[in-house]
Amino acid sequence: MSTPDAPETPDTTAGVPAGAATAAAVAPDAPVLSVRDLSVSFRSGDRTVHAVDHLSYDLAAGEVLAVVGESGCGKSVAAMAVMGLLPPTAGITGSIRLAGRELAGAGDKELGRVRGKDIAMIFQEPMTSLNPVLTVGRQIGEVLRRHQGLTKKQARARAVELLDLVGIPAPRQRIDEYPHQLSGGMRQRVMIAVAVACDPAVLIADEPTTALDVTVQAGILEVLQSLRERLGTAVVLITHDLGVVADIADRVLVMYAGRPVEQAPVHELFEGPRHPYTRGLLGAVLRPGVVAGRGVAAGPGAVLEPGVAAAPGAALRPAGKRRLPEIPGLVPSLDEQPDACTFAPRCAFADDQCTSGRPGFKAVAADVGADAAHRAACWHPHDVALQRINQEAGQ
Amino acid sequence: MMKLPAPRNPMAAYLLTRLRQCVITLILVSVVVFAGIRALPGDPALALAGEERSPEALAAIRAEYGLDDNIVIQYGRFVGHALTGDLGTSSRTGLPVSDAIAEALPVTLELAALSLLFAVVLGIGAGVVAAVRRGRPEEWLANAVALLGLSVPTFWLGIVLVLGFAIAVPVFAASGYVPFGTDPLDNLRRMVLPAVVLGSGLAAVVMRQTRAAMLDSLSADYIRTARAKGLSRREVIGGHALRNSLVTVVTVLGLQLGHLISGAVVTEQIFVLPGFGKLTIDAVFTRDYATLQGVVLCTSAAYILINLLVDVAYSAIDPRIRLGGAAR
Repeated sequence: MSTPDAPETPDTTAGVPAGAATAAAVAPDAPVLSVRDLSVSFRSGDRTVHAVDHLSYDLAAGEVLAVVGESGCGKSVAAMAVMGLLPPTAGITGSIRLAGRELAGAGDKELGRVRGKDIAMIFQEPMTSLNPVLTVGRQIGEVLRRHQGLTKKQARARAVELLDLVGIPAPRQRIDEYPHQLSGGMRQRVMIAVAVACDPAVLIADEPTTALDVTVQAGILEVLQSLRERLGTAVVLITHDLGVVADIADRVLVMYAGRPVEQAPVHELFEGPRHPYTRGLLGAVLRPGVVAGRGVAAGPGAVLEPGVAAAPGAALRPAGKRRLPEIPGLVPSLDEQPDACTFAPRCAFADDQCTSGRPGFKAVAADVGADAAHRAACWHPHDVALQRINQEAGQ
Repeated sequence: MMKLPAPRNPMAAYLLTRLRQCVITLILVSVVVFAGIRALPGDPALALAGEERSPEALAAIRAEYGLDDNIVIQYGRFVGHALTGDLGTSSRTGLPVSDAIAEALPVTLELAALSLLFAVVLGIGAGVVAAVRRGRPEEWLANAVALLGLSVPTFWLGIVLVLGFAIAVPVFAASGYVPFGTDPLDNLRRMVLPAVVLGSGLAAVVMRQTRAAMLDSLSADYIRTARAKGLSRREVIGGHALRNSLVTVVTVLGLQLGHLISGAVVTEQIFVLPGFGKLTIDAVFTRDYATLQGVVLCTSAAYILINLLVDVAYSAIDPRIRLGGAAR
């Protein structure tokens, strides 16, 4: 796995517990979380919606995997499936192994012993994710009492430490406060404190900064990053914010219409995306001081803007009024599982092969300088890469 | 809410404000009670006079009871006496009204408390089950029982229960009252059926509200968080969902407790209990102004007290009310 050159976060927190290596309990290189062919479908009436369609990924200890894609692409549903939080009406197939233990199909009781202890989750809505009638201390404490058997007093002392760890000032006062007395950013920090209370091997963060002000977002990301460094927690970061991805992810998984379409180390992805959808996604990001290029997958002459953090210098373009590129067409309905590339109707490279067969999620060949960990579900990954190279040469 | 000089304890400040409001309400109630009863048709002197209805006798009675005085003076006298616990003398029995009330009050209080207990335990229990077991036979059963509880008239349910549990299978007694202090077991034997009859409607209302509030709570984000923490089903339902649902349930309870008091009138008639209901009806039929005033005043005070308790319960359950300020 490649390591990101994201800036080191300053140590503003204290009271790090020992045991940062929980994740490495199995074998040094074995993934802590291994998802294989995960599919999730919902039946409503006579329709079946395939929210997630054969998703596979591995998460190494201490790694940050960003799962990106637009709303409705199945990234949150996949995360909820991993946590076992989907309603009983959801049909789940495939395998979810956490440190060697199979979670798919496990009962609520069995999952209850794992959730909050070995795998934890924080959610998009900090305003509503905490119980309004219980104190912050009680809400952090109950997870400690449940999984670590602490007494009320011990749990309280530990909760103070945790509040401090996630950067909440005056934790001794805050612990007796109720969620409505805290700001959104503070509530999300409390959620993080709850999530990391038992030092889980895996933390799933579902759009943790989406509902927050931009200034607060940076603080939350900083906390996540510092926890990864100090506790060795592996993080699955679900987001649609590519700036966040560039900042803290090691690896990126791109999803489209329930299917994985591309997976690569973060630099690989920003520098050489192989799936036309990824190219479109990267092109559709508005960046201050940068004039956007035109539609990427749409037509010739398109310009890919590399991620700011990945290559800030390359992002400069001559000034001019151009529209932010968008991907033409609409996301397909999730009712069907076509035996074809789901992106084909919107893709400039699509041919007969794309509409008659589903592309495998395969490693892209090294002939254009790709990393072995770079996978794409595309029939024409080379054409995409070549077009980009040609364009850059022509600039 | 009134601005208070930085109260050290927000709860105390809140209570103080509420108490002040209660006193004002009580004063208004006393005026309305007094004026309302004076406005009723019929002459109390006539009722008191009995057979002897000569103008002289009536005048003597009016003078004795102060019925000739200016209405404002009568009100002042009424309030002054009421404050010292003297609610006047019953024109029917010639005994102090406060004695009659002191005798009847425990009966009604016990009946109301038992009914409330029955309604809360059954209502909340069935409501939680109906919400948690949504779409299963348990929910249908709970809904059916609730519908029955709401639609069956009190007197009919009373008669059926008496036939069933006091006559066919004589586990409980059908009528009469024995003070709890005299014989607790006999007391309960006589109070269970009235309490069930009086509480059934309330239980149904509480059940339906609990079910709705629980369904609401169970789909909230914080329940997802609680589950993500690995909490047991019991902790998720009892510790998180129910606690949040109780705010709604307490509101409904507060509103419905009034009905409990008025319902007691009918129930006490069915089971021949010497409570407030019986006292009220007797007073109305004999135009016993003093007793009626006392009864209505006490009942109103009870309403006000219940409302205060409901508000206190709210703030105990929901910190957003206790500590003020909406969500930021």
